[in-house]
Amino acid sequence: MPAGVSLRDFYYLLPELVLTGGALLVLIADVLLPRRSGHALAWITLLVLAATLASLGTFSGTHEVAHGLIAVDEFALFFKVVFLVSAAVTVLMSVRYLEIEGASPGEYYFLILCATLGMMILAGGIDLITIFIGLETMAVSFYILVGFIKPNQKSNEAAVKYFLLGAFSLGILLYGMSLLYGLSGTTNLRVMAPVFFGPETRHDPRLILAVMLVVAGVGFKIAAVPFHMWAPDVYEGAPTPVTAFLSVGSKAASFAMILRIFLEGLPAMVHDWQILFEALAIVTMTVGNLAALTQTNLKRMLAYSSIAHAGYILIGLVAGTPRGVSAMLIYLFIYTFMQLGAFTVIVLMRRRDVVGDELKDFSGLHFRHPYAAFAMLLFMLSLGGIPPTAGFMGKFWLFSAAIDAHYYWLAVIGVLNSAVSLYYYIRLVVFMYLKKDATGSEPSTTPALTVALAIAVVATIYIGIYPRVLFEIAEASARTLGVVGITAALP
Amino acid sequence: MTSHILSLILFTPLAGAFLLLLVDKKNENAIRWIANIVALIGFAVSIPLWFWYNPQSSVFQFVERAPWIPSIGAEYFLGVDGFSMLLILLTTMMGFIAVLSSWTAITERVKEYYIFLLLLQTGMLGAFMSLDFLLFFLFWEVMLVPMYFLIGIWGSDNRLYSAIKFFLYTLVGSVVMLLGILALYFAYHADPANGGIYTFDITRFHRYAFAPGLQWWVFLAFFLGFAIKVPMFPFHTWLPDAHTDAPTAGSVILAAVLLKMGTYGFLRFSLPILPEASRQFVPMIVVLSIIGIVYGALVALAQKDWKRLVAYSSVSHMGLVMLGMFALNPVGITGSIIQQLNHGISTGALFLIVGIVYERRHTREISEYGGLSKVMPVYAAIFLIMTMSSIGLPTLNGFIGELMILQGVFVANKIWAAFAASGIVLGAAYMLNLYQKTMFGKIENPKNERLLDLSHREFATFAPLLVLAVWMGLYPAPFLRRLETSVDHVIARVSPQYATKNLADCGTLLPAASAGAAPTAPLPDVVAQNPAAKFLASVPCDANGKPLSTSSGQAPASSGTGTDIPPPADKKPGDPQ
Repeated sequence: MPAGVSLRDFYYLLPELVLTGGALLVLIADVLLPRRSGHALAWITLLVLAATLASLGTFSGTHEVAHGLIAVDEFALFFKVVFLVSAAVTVLMSVRYLEIEGASPGEYYFLILCATLGMMILAGGIDLITIFIGLETMAVSFYILVGFIKPNQKSNEAAVKYFLLGAFSLGILLYGMSLLYGLSGTTNLRVMAPVFFGPETRHDPRLILAVMLVVAGVGFKIAAVPFHMWAPDVYEGAPTPVTAFLSVGSKAASFAMILRIFLEGLPAMVHDWQILFEALAIVTMTVGNLAALTQTNLKRMLAYSSIAHAGYILIGLVAGTPRGVSAMLIYLFIYTFMQLGAFTVIVLMRRRDVVGDELKDFSGLHFRHPYAAFAMLLFMLSLGGIPPTAGFMGKFWLFSAAIDAHYYWLAVIGVLNSAVSLYYYIRLVVFMYLKKDATGSEPSTTPALTVALAIAVVATIYIGIYPRVLFEIAEASARTLGVVGITAALP
Repeated sequence: MTSHILSLILFTPLAGAFLLLLVDKKNENAIRWIANIVALIGFAVSIPLWFWYNPQSSVFQFVERAPWIPSIGAEYFLGVDGFSMLLILLTTMMGFIAVLSSWTAITERVKEYYIFLLLLQTGMLGAFMSLDFLLFFLFWEVMLVPMYFLIGIWGSDNRLYSAIKFFLYTLVGSVVMLLGILALYFAYHADPANGGIYTFDITRFHRYAFAPGLQWWVFLAFFLGFAIKVPMFPFHTWLPDAHTDAPTAGSVILAAVLLKMGTYGFLRFSLPILPEASRQFVPMIVVLSIIGIVYGALVALAQKDWKRLVAYSSVSHMGLVMLGMFALNPVGITGSIIQQLNHGISTGALFLIVGIVYERRHTREISEYGGLSKVMPVYAAIFLIMTMSSIGLPTLNGFIGELMILQGVFVANKIWAAFAASGIVLGAAYMLNLYQKTMFGKIENPKNERLLDLSHREFATFAPLLVLAVWMGLYPAPFLRRLETSVDHVIARVSPQYATKNLADCGTLLPAASAGAAPTAPLPDVVAQNPAAKFLASVPCDANGKPLSTSSGQAPASSGTGTDIPPPADKKPGDPQ
């Protein structure tokens, strides 16, 4: 049982420590700096994120830290990069948004960093306790961030909704986790895995109940249907940069958690959870896309589309092969950029008197701001999976994982869904390019927003044309999860 | 051969599109000039293919290979055979014509218009050149977006509906096709005989026999993708809408090149990769094709809208192309390819013809016109030639294609041939009816009295098409010669009995075809007839086991015959030569 924690452990936790210290630094700076110094705080936050990113490179290889509480491996590294990049883009998006809303930037950036910290812990967590701590750190930060615009009723409503449903789902998840602990006698996923391979526990109805509870709990986090009801309201009500971060970072972190729990901890129950996730994937894709068809508010539309994307990503999990896992990583990475990019354009549209998230606000955008319209076109095509954008490469590899694992019908449903989704993505393009009325709102750019947009555009095109590097890294990262051995152990 | 001519052809339009991005959008004439010059250069750089292509070599030529995504085995792998070479030339030529025809027709958002046209051009060329399945799919999908915008922005009244219909129809087909591609990819990997490699190399797929059960499903997946594009009968409904609402250049490209994507797909992928399934599905394809031929023609007969009429005639003609292809014999497939080129030329021209009066009068109602030959004599003459080409009058290109298709279909099944012939008769009916209503009689509508005849620029858009229509009608030998190895390649896969019999019985005719290509200026009629004679002879030869044609059987039996048609296993098309 855990003895003392050595210095080595702290060494491997350097990125998390840097991030924690940085978050505190932001809080202190907020007090010391004069009011209305949002830019300086944003710079500090970006520097903290950059330092964390740099500290990720100080060690390599696969390690278990603090007696198996946290794993430091390429899988975690991959996700940590995703979180840090999306946090950085979120900060870039937030500067002007906070000025317009008149919100205090100090706490905001602090919470962004806290949420990032939670995600990083989640990605490395191989113990139910660590996972729970990471999840809570992330979730609590988001509860506050969602309601950060205090005078805005929608924002408040969203926060309350998110908090109540989040707490409820967390209860379900915890219940499942406690059953797992009770049945296996350990909270460590890697110790737990072999226990469940025993013939007497494998068919224990309590274990099946535990799996179902955990699936429901994590289903809420990724907004899988039927646990998705919170998503559209929260996405619409939250400040746009928070929505972006929520839909990207929180989703990626939850998928990292799912992969850890099910592939590292519950490989024995693969046939049970595969069926559950298969059903979830089908329903999530279909319901998400069908509901998105009728939305006129862009943030709501992107909320439903993000639900649908969770469904696509689940396909990789259902496949359960190394290829499936690497496809999930690739898709999450790509999704980060296209989703953040789309939200950046929405932030561009925000003016003092216009929210800028209705379809009609985008009417004729091409004539007012061709670059913003082009960027949005690119993100919509990418979300829809049209080459030569990154979204195509991601979808292509997800569906190929399904075919490889002989889930043909899942792949067919997936591609048909992606065809349906093009309808609502293209509808925005119609508004931007084909309608000439100048009723829409005028976008205004700042250097920070331009940089955020440029990062997203370049990533979306580059990965779409030349995905080689990403594919190789994702495959290497997926291998460290130990899926290979797990699938081989099963008949 | 390490030339990079294919990449040059492929990226010239793309470079032009980037160049246009740099031009100020108010400077419309500069944009027009640049677009036209780029399109002309694009055509010019593709012409050497015609001369450098070696008809004797059965492998893919001008091959370029580079790793693209090595971890999954995808490559940047380009190469052409005779079939794709001709389609590439058709694409670059029609691309230039489309750009040239838009000079006065497009007056708003000029810059974007030309950018989209040039992007579309790169997409189409890439699809015809790719020998890597993933690369092919990438280009295949890339075409959707520019075409969507061309219809959606510069189209007529119902453009939004037509554009999204075009987009979604094609998309549904192609995503299902993607699954088929993936199924082949994994099946190829799963066979230990292939050394466990992952590859999208279609030349490898051409040499591999996939399990029949898999072929059946993959054929269906490909069928959905390609049949929507062709379009075949139940999937054709997007076409009349897209054509009617597209701007003239869009219609021209759509008819001349985009529809060929479907037939190209069948011939390049479905037949050689899935030969057994192709044979199984012959009845279904034939029935759908025949319905398409007759139904398309009947609906065309009832149209009041000029452009819609031409669109439905496309459905009918493409049905004929599919029927010839699925006769699965050499002459039918050759005819099918020739007819694809013909359809590109004549239907492309017919859409240009509609575009010219539409630009002057802004209506496509046939009843609005009449007696135009009086005010626009040159226009009427060109329209007449193209009408004749479309209905297959001898001495023009349409005749050669229809004759060969009918021949091939007749060998396969006489009843099919009867239906195909009825389509041709109906074709004459609606085209002549259209011509009579619009060109002959008195000018009754005063608005038509002062219509201007063709300008020099407008005439220039038709000139290459007229030359080609007459050339292919009178002397198709150079085209047929360049198609031989492509057709043999497909036949060797899908109907091996023809390939072997060809070697055994009619081998003496083969070198005659090659000899005709020798630069020693033989008698003109020998040159003219020998390549055709080979194809004419090959049908009865294959069906009955001995050559029928004796018209010019004097060919010297040079050795090394039949090396054009080695058994599939011996081919190494992928290897750079």
